[in-house]
Amino acid sequence: MLHIVNKSPFDRNSLQSCLRLAQPNDAILMYEDGIYAAFKGTVIENDIQTTLSKCKMYVLKPDFEARGMNEGNVIPGIQSVSYSEFVDLTVQYSPVQAWL
Amino acid sequence: MEESGAIKKFMYLNRKAPYGTIYALESLEVVLIGAAFDQEVSLAFVDDGVYQLKKDQKTTVNSGIGMKDFSKTYRALEDYDIDKLYVEKRSMEARGLREEDFIVPVQIIDSAQLSALMAQQDVILSF
Repeated sequence: MLHIVNKSPFDRNSLQSCLRLAQPNDAILMYEDGIYAAFKGTVIENDIQTTLSKCKMYVLKPDFEARGMNEGNVIPGIQSVSYSEFVDLTVQYSPVQAWL
Repeated sequence: MEESGAIKKFMYLNRKAPYGTIYALESLEVVLIGAAFDQEVSLAFVDDGVYQLKKDQKTTVNSGIGMKDFSKTYRALEDYDIDKLYVEKRSMEARGLREEDFIVPVQIIDSAQLSALMAQQDVILSF
């Protein structure tokens, strides 16, 4: 299963619900305002670290570059992906759950 | 302008990240329009609003999101005599940001200072 999250973790609880309900070996992609969860030094970094031990996590590069966030500050273990790699993930995993 | 010519204190309170919603851009537009009126203006950045000031926004690179990068407009604010920009420390730190991450000089203030500033305003415009 692929979970996609586009809301800021500090503004909505979409990511927290996703992390709570994701199963081992699921994949989680953060995009749009969801990208803010992928960076070091935030109050939710520990939750991300815990999830990384059971799920693959991805962050959409064009969205974090647009928002001025630096690839060097992405939490290690989270892979940054392009739009076409995003498409590949939707093909690779089924179903896709969008945490709007 | 009012007949009395009284100068009022206006605060724009920004709480949303840029691009994901239209709030940040709309706020900036209103600030610039409002600058035509001689008022005492300040901008506060709280919660995800602190992300509006993040340096290095690149929206129009080849694979970008296809939206205008409006972050550079914050640099023009001082030309409109708008130089009171406040960032709430708690919001900044919760997001792993530091003062040097911002595109313009700001005053980092604690929550008590922010509430005191809010209480002094005649008008607070919330975005």
